Amino acid sequence: MANVKGLNLKLVAVVVVLALAIVVTVMVRQAQQPDPVDVTTPLKVGFVFVGSIGDAGWTFAHNQARLQIENDLPWVETLFVESVPPGADFERVVREMIQQGATVIFGTSFGYMDFMVNLAQQYPNVKFMHATGFKTAPNLSTYFGRVEDPRFLAGMVAGLTTKTNRLGYVAAHPIPEVILGLNAFTLGARLVNPAATVQVVWTNVWFDPAKEREAAISLLDAGADVIGQHQDSPAVQQAAQERGAFGTGNNSDMRFMAPRATLTGPVWNWFPFYKTVLESVRAGTWTSTQHRWAMPDIVDLGPFNDALVPKPVQERVLAKRQEIIDDKFFVFTGPLKDQAGTVRVPAGTRMPVADMLSINWLVEGVIGTLPAR
Amino acid sequence: MDSAFYIAILTAAITAGTPLLYAALGELLAERSGVLNLGVEGMMLVGAVAGFLTTVATANLWLGVASAMLAGGALAFVHAFLSITMRANQVVTGLALTIFGTGISSLIGRRLIGVPLPITFSDTPLPFLSELPIIGTVFFRHDPLVYLSYLLVPLVWVFLYWTRVGQNFVAVGEDPAAADAVGINVNLVRYIGVIIGGMLAGLAGAYLTLALAPVWLDGMTAGRGWIAIALVIFATWNPIRAMFGAYLFGGVAALGFRIQILGWPISPFYLQMMPYIFTILVLIFVTYQGRARKLGAPAALGLHYDREDR
Repeated sequence: MANVKGLNLKLVAVVVVLALAIVVTVMVRQAQQPDPVDVTTPLKVGFVFVGSIGDAGWTFAHNQARLQIENDLPWVETLFVESVPPGADFERVVREMIQQGATVIFGTSFGYMDFMVNLAQQYPNVKFMHATGFKTAPNLSTYFGRVEDPRFLAGMVAGLTTKTNRLGYVAAHPIPEVILGLNAFTLGARLVNPAATVQVVWTNVWFDPAKEREAAISLLDAGADVIGQHQDSPAVQQAAQERGAFGTGNNSDMRFMAPRATLTGPVWNWFPFYKTVLESVRAGTWTSTQHRWAMPDIVDLGPFNDALVPKPVQERVLAKRQEIIDDKFFVFTGPLKDQAGTVRVPAGTRMPVADMLSINWLVEGVIGTLPAR
Repeated sequence: MDSAFYIAILTAAITAGTPLLYAALGELLAERSGVLNLGVEGMMLVGAVAGFLTTVATANLWLGVASAMLAGGALAFVHAFLSITMRANQVVTGLALTIFGTGISSLIGRRLIGVPLPITFSDTPLPFLSELPIIGTVFFRHDPLVYLSYLLVPLVWVFLYWTRVGQNFVAVGEDPAAADAVGINVNLVRYIGVIIGGMLAGLAGAYLTLALAPVWLDGMTAGRGWIAIALVIFATWNPIRAMFGAYLFGGVAALGFRIQILGWPISPFYLQMMPYIFTILVLIFVTYQGRARKLGAPAALGLHYDREDR
């Protein structure tokens, strides 16, 4: 019996020690976690990028915002997958993110649109955010920036810089977003320099540095001395610099790639928008919306190249920027004529946003046609 | 538009065609020895990033070129080992090489994005030759890598058709069993063909990052490796024709932009299709029974050689 009792005592001792150890461990763990709410309910957010985060352009800018979220918003945990082509792959990536606990999904390409509509139906408790699209659902919002505004301002800088009054523009695909930007650039240039014209060349590719460069050189050969771009790489700026010409960049500040050529350019800044959305999700006030943010959030005109853009020019452009922000000036205000001289927007009226988002004509002052013709 | 504008189209065709030419010459040598390497795109990317990295670190362009060739050659060695020694399917390992090269170049290049190159290959007009009317402007006002490619084309041609070693290459690509029987080391020749091919693909990549668009960006070859493979078929495995083909393929883009400026009513989409249509036509022609050999397609292309199987 004594033996048995002894065994029992040993057993009890072991159990007690183990139990104490567990209690202590839990207590230590809890002591290490000062804010238990953060641990139990981190907001998991999935980002699906169409390009590589190393493209120095569109996807790069989105990823910069994601990194800032990781840094500044401790209650958010982000997941991301890059280089996801629109298609079945996209749906698979999103499903995996949701399985990992993501409750907010950001998709950053127009091509994801119909897949996001499907997914939104299948996962009603997940909030979907689609950049550049136009389809919504109760749990699917769209978001984009009025990038035509800083393009207009870049056009003003180009119009005030040119000596030959011949501007060039390297454009990617002939879709409304790009056409709108080209028109805004042209309107900006001709507002300050009515003699200026803008020769456009279409590359039919978002990203191909060698091809973008070749397009820029063809414009320089034709006599352009300032070149705008709606392309993802800085190759246009570098080509301009090689020839002693100038350029306005795109997507991110490109001055450091071509310090003797890049005047300024539209830049993306997604963080303020992402922060607002995530805060609304946390507060439970998120609703399906078509976000179309204006300067200075999401988009803005990037810093000027002080060595190339004189102070009076900067001040003039910044004054116009303020007018746009204050809604005292609207870029697409009539009278707006197309290339044939037909009035498309009557004097004194603002072009409806729906018309802007489906625009398929070029304003007076653009030289060149849409490749579809 | 003045005549200078048209001459500029030809000048642009040369620069745009040069990376295609290097990559195509490399692939041509590999295919001549009987090994199809679909990894050109991957080898170009690895060469592009290696050349860029080295030039950023050392500010020496030729060291950049050397490391690009080394990197391309190293990747090609993987293909050679898998497809020649291990007798893996050449198509599969080639595709794997492209996927691997794309990934590894992007990984290596992460910290190089937005880094400016301290020095680039710039145009250095050749004395006397550049003074020639039209021809001087079109051919002799380029960077040193373009001139190097002018030398490489006849070199490869002489090598393949007029040297003993070159004839061994051709023999191995045509009939490895017969080549083996006369004492040629089939595997060695194929290794050399594939690795030199990789080195030239690496050089093609370096041309992009060190001369054409002096910047590193993910996937910046943008499909040129695939065009180079098409170009080899288009040139029917002949280096001289590869040169014309490269400038033709390169010139299509240059022409497309100028046509827009001139306002000619030709859709640039049609122009972009041209190289591929030509290639498909040549491919149909080549594969037509009996023609392939006459046009230079290596008979043993894509086939393993194993002495035991004879």
